[in-house]
Amino acid sequence: MTADSTPALAKSADARPGSGPAAAAGPEPGARPGTRGPRARNLRAYLQYAAAKIVGAAVSLFAVLVTSFFLFRLIPSDPVKQMTGGRRVSTQQLAALRHQYGLDQPMWKQFTSYIGDALSGDFGISYQYHTPVIDKITGALPATLLLTGTAYVLYSALGIWLGTRSGWRSGSRSDRFHTAFALTLYSVPSFWLGLLLIIVFAVGIGPIPGMFPTGGLEQGGLHGFSYVVDVAHHMVLPVVTLVAVGYAQTLLVMRSSLLDEMGSDYLTTARAKGLRDDLVRRRHAVPNALLPTFTLMFVNLGHVVAGQILVETVFSWPGLGGLFYQALSVPDLPLVQGLFFVFATAVILANTLADILYPLLDPRVGR
Amino acid sequence: MTLLQVRDLTVTYDGGARAVRGVDLTLAAGQKLGVAGESGCGKSTLALALLRLLPASAKVTGEVLLGGEDVLTMKWGRVRAVRWAGASIVFQGAMHSLNAVHRVGDQIAEPILLHKRATREGARRKVAELLEHVGLPAARAASYPHELSGGQRQRVMIAMALACDPELIVADEPTTALDVMIQAQILGLISRLVAEQDLGLVMISHDLAVLADTCDRLAVMYAGRVVEEGPAAQVYADALHPYGKALSGSFPTIGDPASRFAPRGLPGDPPDPAALPPGCTFHPRCPVALDVCARDDQELRPAGAGRRAACVRVGRTGAAEDVRARVRGQGREPEH
Amino acid sequence: MTTSETRKASGPGAPGSVVDARALARARRRASLARFWRSYRAHRGGLWGLGLLIVFAVVAVTAPLLAGADSQSVTDAEGGPLEGPSGRFPLGTDQFGRSVLALLVYGSRISLTVGLLAAFLCVAIGTVVGIVAGHFRGWYATVLMRITDWFLVMPTLVLAIALATVMSRSMWTVIIAIGVTTWPTTARLVRAQTLSVESRPYIERARALGGGHGHVMVRHVLPNVMPLVLAQTTMIISSAILTEATLAFLGLSDPTITSWGGMLQDAREAGAVSAGDWWYLAPPGIAIAAVALAFTLCGRAVESVLNPKLGVRS
Repeated sequence: MTADSTPALAKSADARPGSGPAAAAGPEPGARPGTRGPRARNLRAYLQYAAAKIVGAAVSLFAVLVTSFFLFRLIPSDPVKQMTGGRRVSTQQLAALRHQYGLDQPMWKQFTSYIGDALSGDFGISYQYHTPVIDKITGALPATLLLTGTAYVLYSALGIWLGTRSGWRSGSRSDRFHTAFALTLYSVPSFWLGLLLIIVFAVGIGPIPGMFPTGGLEQGGLHGFSYVVDVAHHMVLPVVTLVAVGYAQTLLVMRSSLLDEMGSDYLTTARAKGLRDDLVRRRHAVPNALLPTFTLMFVNLGHVVAGQILVETVFSWPGLGGLFYQALSVPDLPLVQGLFFVFATAVILANTLADILYPLLDPRVGR
Repeated sequence: MTLLQVRDLTVTYDGGARAVRGVDLTLAAGQKLGVAGESGCGKSTLALALLRLLPASAKVTGEVLLGGEDVLTMKWGRVRAVRWAGASIVFQGAMHSLNAVHRVGDQIAEPILLHKRATREGARRKVAELLEHVGLPAARAASYPHELSGGQRQRVMIAMALACDPELIVADEPTTALDVMIQAQILGLISRLVAEQDLGLVMISHDLAVLADTCDRLAVMYAGRVVEEGPAAQVYADALHPYGKALSGSFPTIGDPASRFAPRGLPGDPPDPAALPPGCTFHPRCPVALDVCARDDQELRPAGAGRRAACVRVGRTGAAEDVRARVRGQGREPEH
Repeated sequence: MTTSETRKASGPGAPGSVVDARALARARRRASLARFWRSYRAHRGGLWGLGLLIVFAVVAVTAPLLAGADSQSVTDAEGGPLEGPSGRFPLGTDQFGRSVLALLVYGSRISLTVGLLAAFLCVAIGTVVGIVAGHFRGWYATVLMRITDWFLVMPTLVLAIALATVMSRSMWTVIIAIGVTTWPTTARLVRAQTLSVESRPYIERARALGGGHGHVMVRHVLPNVMPLVLAQTTMIISSAILTEATLAFLGLSDPTITSWGGMLQDAREAGAVSAGDWWYLAPPGIAIAAVALAFTLCGRAVESVLNPKLGVRS
């Protein structure tokens, strides 16, 4: 399974090694046929497996909720003092604010009402914006999905494409070049690359004029097609940053799983059948090698929502990541809690989805 | 008509391992040739070389004439056309030779669609036909390899090999991973199909008894060379080369008490193909080696009707050396 | 893996032979180290990485000699604010007039220290949890793995940022935040390895000879898991250095110490981006990338020495 390839993945500490669904996919296919036929039995086993995964996800989500409550209570500052920003405020006013945000309640009461509210989608009122947290989140979500979703599609495709080429001709000049290049970009801090791109392509340096905006999503006041072009123009630099830093991992995983397949007998069979080299690769090697990459892609999918906090901050992108950074620096407790929950939920859902879909893609795991 | 003619085939791997060293083989249409030898003697390399399937780093010289055309010098496009349509291979270990993520029906249909310009529907019908031909229900086409038993997978491999009606089938250890009952079934199936369709067969195995049962002629390989060749029954029952003797002797005859009391296995391992011993490569393990064996390489030479062997003691009457050999042979006896 | 080097010659019996056995074990360890180095040497990337690391380590250790002991001081700064590169300040100056080159030299200390300590913490937690969860059967092992799985699905950076926010701002906070959020991968890996080691016959022999849980875990399982952990550690150092830079850039580290991530934050706050002061921004990022790359290269080389099956690595 993927366990062997994990050290290469240390950067994504939450890439999931070995926790593959293969281990839990029900009885060995080809075992004694039951009374209801193997297909029905497999289906039942699969549904049980999927149900177990969903229950597990629900438990994880609840744990996240609990953590986000207690973790952020540890911030050693008085939220009300923060809110008033050091202005001179009377004790009565402070007490009123405390009451308004429920901070005068005992801890357990705060906890139960927090959990109850959260389950109904209410994460409280932002200290900073004085609007419901959930509105802030849903407001910033589209910008994040647009930016990181675009980058995700691009870097996954680029990583798989280059990884396949590298793995298929491993040791060749182009493989050595692409691997070295990817490893280098993999080591580059994303925010720094973003800043550098801003200096070179937005501010302009030497003979290079500033061609792109330094940040934000739009310049405002545009409609229709020109609005779309404007947003795309704003997206270029952040997307390039995210793709540059993100494609390496997919490339490396794809490359090493293709290398694992290279000596396989079924590839010799495919060649013996008279298939062209690119068909052997496309039809036979890649579908097998894609399976571990697929797991990684789902882990990354979770991060699409989690956003790229740093890149959004650097490019002043009005998404969840930028919101999180702002909320932390206040600190805007309800907003931080809400965002933390949303980020973790996205990752948990993506992982669960990967677990549930994996058996459908790999016939060996049975369905 | 000659279907396959291999002339002076040599394969040297990257790193200097000489896996095949000057092999000559001839196979007439409809004939069945067995290639025997221990693991590491170059027989699987030989099978891959027939269709030019070796890695590009391996150096291959000689000729492989398939229907009169040299596979080793033809253009790659022609090689791909010959693969499977002219000659197909049944690989050992069908679990790994089949692609785990494709349905077996699609895998059988793949060469049909590629070589026969068939429609999807036509290919599907042909697949059903082939599966029933090898004794599997047509519905098995929808299965994945892991859903089949070892014997069923090997049947799928055979159905796949027959897909494009080739004239030659190369079976590389087709029964090695199977248990004895299934082994017999698969061998029976191969024999039946080959006879029915008048195909040429090159069967590779370490099991001389299996080959003797299935094939017309036998070639025994050692360290990348054919050391003995002849009609299957004769080679099995009365090998001329000491290695052929040892190989047929290493499978005891069931019911023969003599073979129980005189185990005739061969000590030692086949030589490292990257560092072959001088002279006859078999001499370090040979129970009847002469002094000359350590010095002179032994060529394959005629040894009676339709038989050839590469041993100094074949086709030669050196009485003095014979005696010496017997003395040495006795001297070795207590070792086992 | 290297079973031979770890199989201890000293059993409960034969007290007279203990010294010999120790010498034997030492010799064997030396031999296997030599073997390791021989195959490591064959990896060009690994050698580059190692060379780079040695350079950075030397720079970090000799920082006061290279850059002058007082070059971090804001009050004694020699240059004007945000000067471009010159003969006196090869990489220019920051907004307080300090030499960027000198800051860069000092920054290597923090980067390496935090990277190493955080990785050490992460690997220590991961190894202990992994071995314990792999060795013991029963509910507590299950609970331990559940916790691991749960940590595994948390978005690491978000959690690290959250932790660094709630604790006081210091280098140690950063170390703890990184260590506490990244251990689960190691734990999983170590557990898998533990299970495979414990299924080997000599573990049964050790048990039959009266070896307790502690003995089996420390004397048998741990040495067998170590090579794997070593490869994992080098990789983790690289990501820890990147995370450190990120947290420092977000202003979550101690603002009084000079680190590369902190330099980037300073540069951004001083308006170096809009002013186009690339000479202030580029060097810290290059330094971060170089150290992270060096550790990654070493890790990959170690990994492919231990597991040649992984294929050709440049």
